[in-house]
Amino acid sequence: MLEQELVFEPTVAEPMLPEVFRIQRVKHESYDTFTLILEPSNGRESFPFKAGQFNMLYVYGVGEVPISISGDPNQPEMLVHTTRAVGTVTKAMSELKRGDVIGIRGPFGSSWPIQEAEHHDVVFVAGGIGLAPLRPALYEIIARREKYGRIVLLYGTRSPDDILYHDELEQWRARFDLEVYVTVDYADKSWRGNVGVVTNLIPKAPFDPQHTVALVCGPEVMMRFTAIEFLKRGVSPTSLYLTMERNMKCAIGFCGHCQLGGYFICKDGPVFTYEQMQTLLSLWEV
Amino acid sequence: MTQQFSILEREDFQKLIDVLSADGYQVIGPTLGEGAVIYDELTSIEQMPIGWTDIQEGGKYRLERRDDDALFGFNTSPQSWKRFLHPPSVRLWQAHRTDEGFELQHEPIEAPRMAFLGVRSCDLHAIAIQDKVFMNGDYLDPTYKSRREKIFVVAVNCGQAGGTCFCSSMNTGPKAEGGFDLALTEIVESRQHYFVVEVGSEKGQEVLHQLPHRPAKDSEVKAADNLLKKVSKQMGRILDTEQMQDILYRNYENARWDSVAQRCLSCANCTMVCPTCFCTTIQDVTDLSGSHAERVRRWDSCFTMDFSYIHGGSIRYSQKSRYRQWMTHKLATWFDQFGTAGCVGCGRCITWCPVGIDLTEEMAAIRESEGAAPKPGRKPASAKP
Amino acid sequence: MQSLDVILREQKIFEGLREEDHKLIAGCAFNTHFEANQYIFREGENADTFYIIRYGTVGLELRNPKGGIITVQTLREGDVLGWSWLFEPYRWTYDAHAISMVRAVALDGRCLRTKCDHDHTLGYELMRRFAHIMVERLQATRMQVLDLYA
Repeated sequence: MLEQELVFEPTVAEPMLPEVFRIQRVKHESYDTFTLILEPSNGRESFPFKAGQFNMLYVYGVGEVPISISGDPNQPEMLVHTTRAVGTVTKAMSELKRGDVIGIRGPFGSSWPIQEAEHHDVVFVAGGIGLAPLRPALYEIIARREKYGRIVLLYGTRSPDDILYHDELEQWRARFDLEVYVTVDYADKSWRGNVGVVTNLIPKAPFDPQHTVALVCGPEVMMRFTAIEFLKRGVSPTSLYLTMERNMKCAIGFCGHCQLGGYFICKDGPVFTYEQMQTLLSLWEV
Repeated sequence: MTQQFSILEREDFQKLIDVLSADGYQVIGPTLGEGAVIYDELTSIEQMPIGWTDIQEGGKYRLERRDDDALFGFNTSPQSWKRFLHPPSVRLWQAHRTDEGFELQHEPIEAPRMAFLGVRSCDLHAIAIQDKVFMNGDYLDPTYKSRREKIFVVAVNCGQAGGTCFCSSMNTGPKAEGGFDLALTEIVESRQHYFVVEVGSEKGQEVLHQLPHRPAKDSEVKAADNLLKKVSKQMGRILDTEQMQDILYRNYENARWDSVAQRCLSCANCTMVCPTCFCTTIQDVTDLSGSHAERVRRWDSCFTMDFSYIHGGSIRYSQKSRYRQWMTHKLATWFDQFGTAGCVGCGRCITWCPVGIDLTEEMAAIRESEGAAPKPGRKPASAKP
Repeated sequence: MQSLDVILREQKIFEGLREEDHKLIAGCAFNTHFEANQYIFREGENADTFYIIRYGTVGLELRNPKGGIITVQTLREGDVLGWSWLFEPYRWTYDAHAISMVRAVALDGRCLRTKCDHDHTLGYELMRRFAHIMVERLQATRMQVLDLYA
């Protein structure tokens, strides 16, 4: 059991030391969500990442939080994060302006199965802010449209006012080779679109269950019910991908906070197959 | 390495401290403090707990006089060597406000050359386990690594087992099998008091060379062997590890978690004394003017509510779920993560639990609740990608 | 144009019924359509018909006690609209609002439920199928209560 020889191959010399990035633009998406467009300020020219990965964002003097990257992996010269102002750090972050700086550590974690999904129908299911971590995968897959079968985006959010990336959704919906369905929980008469939870859209969504890869991101309860609908249609638990969220302090597997069963969300995830998560999702307080 | 044993006489033991000090090591070993055996810097053998032992039971720790002058006549210290390799508090960096925003300042790593004097086999295994946590993944912890690489380890084979010890169950002792530079077995007899020395590395060989020593006689080696055989039968606790992982995976909903939760105070003592528990939290601190900020990493415990907090609340809000997380991590999910149990059978969590919760007892209760024929059950998180 | 009988046989709700039932159902059915913004039925009205939507979107609306109207769910092509025809007191419990132009097959619920009272095999089958729809809608409503995206 004792390891006599230890091999040292650091991939990052100081994984806990952030890099300083400058805010190029702040875009308010809805009343409580916003997008930061960042550029490196230390001579670095790009920030390569894979769709689905996340960064640790540090607001000077306030603290650090994990946030998924929501920009285009093919445009690594810009770093884009969309988040909701819910906690101390994200609230402070929402008050930052163009020209302010922020600390970044990353990118961390596993990524969406962009390659594995080739030659398959791809169904994206996003709930609320869950559209943000899926957007890089949408960019990647749309950029190589010919490699995929049908592409379907099912997006559920609380109300029409909560809709994220409004203009982009309209552009995607206007394309003949993408199917975009948006549904909200609550709407007044001005809303002409779907009302109901996003899981309602799955039974009739146009995809071939035997040849489908589904990418799901949203709160755990939404992902649980979404998975049930996909399984009912015959999609395999290994073709169903989810992204998980837990408290994180280090993002590199040392702090222990993000453990879920035998997994560390930060390094084994955040993207997992439903097969990996199935049992854990059925347990309380794990 | 051939089984070449040497003898270091008790009266020459001070020279070991002297040689290590002369080699530039800060010698850290057992001493009495705060009513317990603790680890601190040593310069003289007089600082050691000569002739003292400890009585350990669930929720109980007492020092008592021995009827001999053994140097290592006690069991585990409430402290483990963890605090020297993975310090309780480490500043990671500092930041200063500038006209442009802020700049970050790298923190030099403090890594003294340390010689650990008296590391028990369970704790050697604990160090090997933390090596896997901090040095075997894609990332390395710079603090741990730089400290770890410099240590000199003098192991001591246990001459007695404590009331809460169960290293025999975990295959982690009582004899040090590796991971040391020198290993000692202390033999105290009516007319002689000596140490059987085993060399575990070239560094160890060099140190031994500088000490007065002689080859061990067969009878002396045998005396050490017999002692260790006796100790392994003296364990105060037993943990049946057979299918332990599977049993825990199918018992996430066992009623035993509710009953242990009624006793557990969530005080986090077990995690603080555990030699393998590695969890930390981050504190971002600023001065009053806001011109200076820094980040400090501190030991944390999965028994706190904050530990699993995400927007909206804590994932593990009940006591039950937090105890379950800790024990299931130690005895099951740790295998998935690091290929080994997270428990070395040192018994500290049992001794230092203020209400005497005993994980060997909890594990046995869960095992028994399944009855003779184990139920087929679920097994989460066992298949990693 | 497909005959109503063929269209109805393709609907999930009627899948696997006996031949005589298909004939009976087709006999109770007629094509209908609603203009955008028209109300298909209103809460409190007699529920003697139900619909299978063939084109368009229907909003199920509740009148908010604080004023205004809340859409709780939208139904689309292939969805069944209405089950109050099957249960006393046979009155609608919400408003059905054609959000777009809607084409649908309407079924005479009064005729069908009379038939069900006499033919329990058909009655059981229809009850089972409508119960399934109700369970799904109830589940969806529960998820809305959960505030799924918070």
